[in-house]
Amino acid sequence: MIPKDCRYTKEHEWVRLDGDGHVKIGITDFAQDQLGDIVFIELPEPGAKLTQHQPFGTLEAVKTVSDLYSPVDGEVAEANQAVQEDPGVINKAPYEDGWLLRAKIEDTAQLDNLLTPEQYEEQIKEMEG
Amino acid sequence: MLYVGHTPQEEEHLLRTIGVKRFEDLIASIPESMRLKKPIAIPAGESEIEVRRLFQESERRNYDPRVVPSFLGGGIYDHVIPSVVNHIQLRSEFYTAYTPYQAEVAQGTLMTIFEFQTMICELTGMEVANASMYDAGSAAAEAVLLASGATGRRRILVARSLHPHHRAILETYGRPSGLEFVDVGGEEALTPDELRDVLDGETAALLVQQPSYLGAVESLGPLADAVHDQGGLLVVSADPVPLALLEAPGKQGADVVVGEGQSLGNPPSYGGPAAGFFATTMKLVRRLPGRLVGETVDADGRRGFVLTLQTREQHIRREKATSNICTNNNLIALGFTVTLALLGPRGLRKMAEQSLQKAHYLEERLAPLPGIRRQPEGAFFREFCLRLPVPASEAIAKIYAEAGILAGIDLGRVHRDWQDRLLVAVTEKRTREELDAYVEAMRRVVS
Amino acid sequence: MKSRDLRLIYDRSAPGHEGYRLPDLDVPEQPLDRILPKEALRAEPPLLPEVSEPEVVRHYIRLSTLNHHVDKDTYPLGSCTMKYNPKLNEDLCRLPGLAGIHPMAPEELAQGLLGLLHRFTGELAEIVGMDTVSLHPAAGAQGELLGIRLIRQYHDHRRNKKKTVIIPDSAHGTNPATARMVGYETVEVRSKEDGRLDLGALREVVNEETAGLMVTNPSTLGLFESEIAEASELLHSVDGLVYMDGANLNAMLGLTRPGDMGADMVHINLHKTFSTPHGGGGPGAGPLGIKAKLEPFLPVPVIVERDGRYLLDSDRPHSIGRLHPYVGNVGVILRAFAYIRSLGGDGLARISRGAILNANYLMKKIEEDYPVAKPGWCMHEFVSTLSWMRKQGVKNIDVAKRLLDHGVHAPTVSFPLIVPDCFMIEPTESESPTSLDRYAEILREIAREVREDPETVKSAPHRTPVRRLDEAGAARKLRVRWRPKPDGERGSND
Ligand SMILES: Cc1ncc(COP(=O)(O)O)c(C=O)c1O
Repeated sequence: MIPKDCRYTKEHEWVRLDGDGHVKIGITDFAQDQLGDIVFIELPEPGAKLTQHQPFGTLEAVKTVSDLYSPVDGEVAEANQAVQEDPGVINKAPYEDGWLLRAKIEDTAQLDNLLTPEQYEEQIKEMEG
Repeated sequence: MLYVGHTPQEEEHLLRTIGVKRFEDLIASIPESMRLKKPIAIPAGESEIEVRRLFQESERRNYDPRVVPSFLGGGIYDHVIPSVVNHIQLRSEFYTAYTPYQAEVAQGTLMTIFEFQTMICELTGMEVANASMYDAGSAAAEAVLLASGATGRRRILVARSLHPHHRAILETYGRPSGLEFVDVGGEEALTPDELRDVLDGETAALLVQQPSYLGAVESLGPLADAVHDQGGLLVVSADPVPLALLEAPGKQGADVVVGEGQSLGNPPSYGGPAAGFFATTMKLVRRLPGRLVGETVDADGRRGFVLTLQTREQHIRREKATSNICTNNNLIALGFTVTLALLGPRGLRKMAEQSLQKAHYLEERLAPLPGIRRQPEGAFFREFCLRLPVPASEAIAKIYAEAGILAGIDLGRVHRDWQDRLLVAVTEKRTREELDAYVEAMRRVVS
Repeated sequence: MKSRDLRLIYDRSAPGHEGYRLPDLDVPEQPLDRILPKEALRAEPPLLPEVSEPEVVRHYIRLSTLNHHVDKDTYPLGSCTMKYNPKLNEDLCRLPGLAGIHPMAPEELAQGLLGLLHRFTGELAEIVGMDTVSLHPAAGAQGELLGIRLIRQYHDHRRNKKKTVIIPDSAHGTNPATARMVGYETVEVRSKEDGRLDLGALREVVNEETAGLMVTNPSTLGLFESEIAEASELLHSVDGLVYMDGANLNAMLGLTRPGDMGADMVHINLHKTFSTPHGGGGPGAGPLGIKAKLEPFLPVPVIVERDGRYLLDSDRPHSIGRLHPYVGNVGVILRAFAYIRSLGGDGLARISRGAILNANYLMKKIEEDYPVAKPGWCMHEFVSTLSWMRKQGVKNIDVAKRLLDHGVHAPTVSFPLIVPDCFMIEPTESESPTSLDRYAEILREIAREVREDPETVKSAPHRTPVRRLDEAGAARKLRVRWRPKPDGERGSND
């Protein structure tokens, strides 16, 4: 269930290398399931700076709002137009079509201080207790 | 026991089931030092007829609105209230229900709000309206807070034509968040020229009232252009009855339109409860304060209505909410909705036209009297301001004593420099005889 | 199920109908364009429905039948105090000589009304143990706004440099939203394990920058804050003020008073404790009781008595200014005064006693299936946690919806946020033992269903005028007003 080619934050974002110094960022399946139907998403414009572990946008479900935290330092290259038009895509395919940002990153080594798929799986198990 | 669902005998049963001997065991968490040692020191309870008598005695020490023709306005107006309205507002299904949090058993309330939202959009020319605010004053305050949030700026230009009480409410709401208010214009309709020195790239919004507190009809289009050129918003506080005839502020470029719904379907009630309304554009909908009803479908795919975009509100976003408003003024908004449903487009137009015609009939006969002058002088709607050769309070007292008419608002109570000013509002309820009697009484006052 | 008629008034419109007749114009008519500038006139009339009076009445009566309401059946919405709304109060607030009075009429012509309001102020202050009351706030949240604004004025006046307002994590959303509107940063304090205010945690966050504390008593968990006096002392030691959210005053009448607990101010939801109807979402009234040290800052005008006459006093140099365009929601205040006059001190004490008894009784009756989140006797309400139902795939909201099928209303499920799958139940004193027994029986029946047939609960409601509504769809694609069909047809029924 949890893709092996990503790294994770404690706040349930994933990040995946996407060629020539870029990454894609999204939220995990666990996160979308907890939120329920996502109805609105606020994302930064291309060019905006991202700072690791700092908020970069918000997701709204019917009765919750949650901040999105950046897994890495970087600069926004593209915000996914499709999820802004139909946020339901995030619920349907959080790791694929439901990605949120494509970003240029400075230092791929930063990914190493994030959770591995195994560690993230462990965290979810604990939360589901 | 009045209004309590069980008897002392039944209390025994409750205590036994709970498993305590005495009621006091249940409230052991209240420290002894805080317990009230004696009964609440207010007079004993009274029977229904005694309470009714108390209220009726008070009623007799007020003027009798059933017989005294009133020319008081200034935001609270005496328009007709169709009989149907009270019958609907007094349906238990409407007035004893809570906010429609469980939509499946609150479609009645939700649908009336949806109708209200539609009517407000139509009158104001805006794209979206909320379920209501407390009153036009707090609605105006919330509107400038919205403008500040949307533009990231803090300066608000306020036309002097705004209701002085609403102007004061702006300070109460806006000062703590650092808004800076700059008064602009004079008593006549505001012109873009008067904004030249103060309108700049720091301006979050211009707030104008239509028609102005002193009755002037404003020309909104040029004001909208001027403020938009600087990246600010135009906020209009508008009265719904004149909007039957006056161009919708939304069509003239307003970004937010607020106002007071009391005058359609609800009595003055000493100024409250009223029903503020709040309308804006889809672009700004996520900054809208208060409740909003949306249409959707149910599990069978059939039409239904729910509260929507709730993430804006305090129960979800807490300190980041667009406003702290929770309970609003729904039942008053229902009175408004039912009244407009009955009046329809022609009835509302007739109400507005008659108020307008009668106001002009009266003005044409009062203004020429010796020592009287209308100020501001431009076009007006159903309300105008007169400068009198005597203090307004004196004229009001004399006209009431001699003719039993309430001649208008003593503006000296609103503004220290306005002791000689009288604000006169005329609705369709006033008859020609009343208007003529008013003119005669005023003639005696000034001659 | 074709009994559902969800047409809007606009859907019933047909050209030519009118529902009200105005008298003919009895003054000479002037051409419009002589009176008003041409460019000021509307290009298009507003789109309003055209419906006859009988059709209007049928429409709204039909809509009314789709609502649940207090006069129909149990409505134990926690924190909302859905008690019976006495009919006498409705009659009295509508007396023409009260409802018809204009707020700018000369004071001499409104002495009766001003006298009632003045007397109400005094009696209400006595009930909550405060020195006086401002009638201005139009609802609880505006009472909060006034209270925090007064705190700010108090500190500004004393040149105190204050930045923060402390709020427990169990608080209603209006508390943090209000503190922020008045320009304060909010500091959240965790509640103790037993759900009460944690004095230790409070000590850690109270400092010289603390402007005040907003505390709800009894808390939103229905528990009395036994250490409120100590908390107040702590706040006062740094010249901070204590704001009490009085939404739960229905638990305290005649037993104790906010003013005797060290609180400096308390707002009173007349539309809760004092029986004024909720109106499907207002109007309410949220008068604010205050201690004397805050009196100079009260909003204007203040109703005062001089030589047996009542006046509106606006000449108050330290006032914060205005909050309400006039003096508050008078129509609501009159209802509450009729309630207080009907009950007197003794009757009011019976109200709280009844509310506490009913809450504990219902709690006891259902505790096996609906375990209370924080054990102990409750005040006027209690909060259960439904987390055991998650195993069955059932959430609190599902149980709430299933209750609707039984013709009763659901408890509050949207807060307190600190209880997982919360179920906040406030029966109020109005309920009889029989109706409480019936509510308990329905709840037990639903718990059985959760164990044996969870699908029925998850897909509830089944017997309401509409089935569960697609809230996500409503938020994703906003439809917030009626629109005519593009081809000129009227909007359609479902
Ligand atoms: C604890 C509490 N505080 C404040 C409020 C806000 O009151 P109002 O809705 O009258 O603004 C509520 C209302 O539900 C409440 O339950």
